[in-house]
Amino acid sequence: MSPVILVSLAVMVLALCLAFVRLFRGPSLPDRVVALELFSSILVGIIGVVAIATDVPSLLDVAIVMALMAFMATIGFARFLERGGPRDD
Amino acid sequence: MIDVIESGLILAGALFMFLAALGVLRLPDLLTRMHATTKAATLGTALIMLAVALHFAEVAVVARAFGVILFIMMTAPVAAHVIGRAGYIVGARLWAGTVKDELKPHFDPLTRDLRSGAPAEEHERRPPDDLDAS
Repeated sequence: MSPVILVSLAVMVLALCLAFVRLFRGPSLPDRVVALELFSSILVGIIGVVAIATDVPSLLDVAIVMALMAFMATIGFARFLERGGPRDD
Repeated sequence: MIDVIESGLILAGALFMFLAALGVLRLPDLLTRMHATTKAATLGTALIMLAVALHFAEVAVVARAFGVILFIMMTAPVAAHVIGRAGYIVGARLWAGTVKDELKPHFDPLTRDLRSGAPAEEHERRPPDDLDAS
């Protein structure tokens, strides 16, 4: 583990914590969905860094699946909101 | 040399992701928060995937890394558009400093009708909602 990997992992975990604060506080449901989408983006980055640190290129498949599922979840949440989700919760 | 470039890409990617999270936490309303996540997080992911491609330097891994970059760059704007539209329709409050809301004359918040074309008269005279600074 080089210091660069450690520092970048620490920064990204800090970013995850900040996004979690927004997910917890977020005044409305769309805010939480945006925070969840940011979660998945940061997780894709973390998986990439871990793949570099451990020299396991197969981990990239996990990153691909993560990105795909985040997109699907966002589209699903948006459809749910437009078809009569709670108004201004 | 490749190590130096790789380290720089990883650090820059992590920094951009941190900036995206900071923007999500600090910015005042839904649309500005989305402005932070879509662009900064996409750039951060792309930089880290470039570092992965440089580190392994095999055809299969480089193809997958560029696949991730392409996929994220194609889906992030679509997801942001869909969530922004849903947020507007659900009635997410805009920031008090918002200068212009071009969708307002075209949108009826009671029936959730979104029309294009000439704005209706009664919506033009509708007073602005009470805005919170949060």
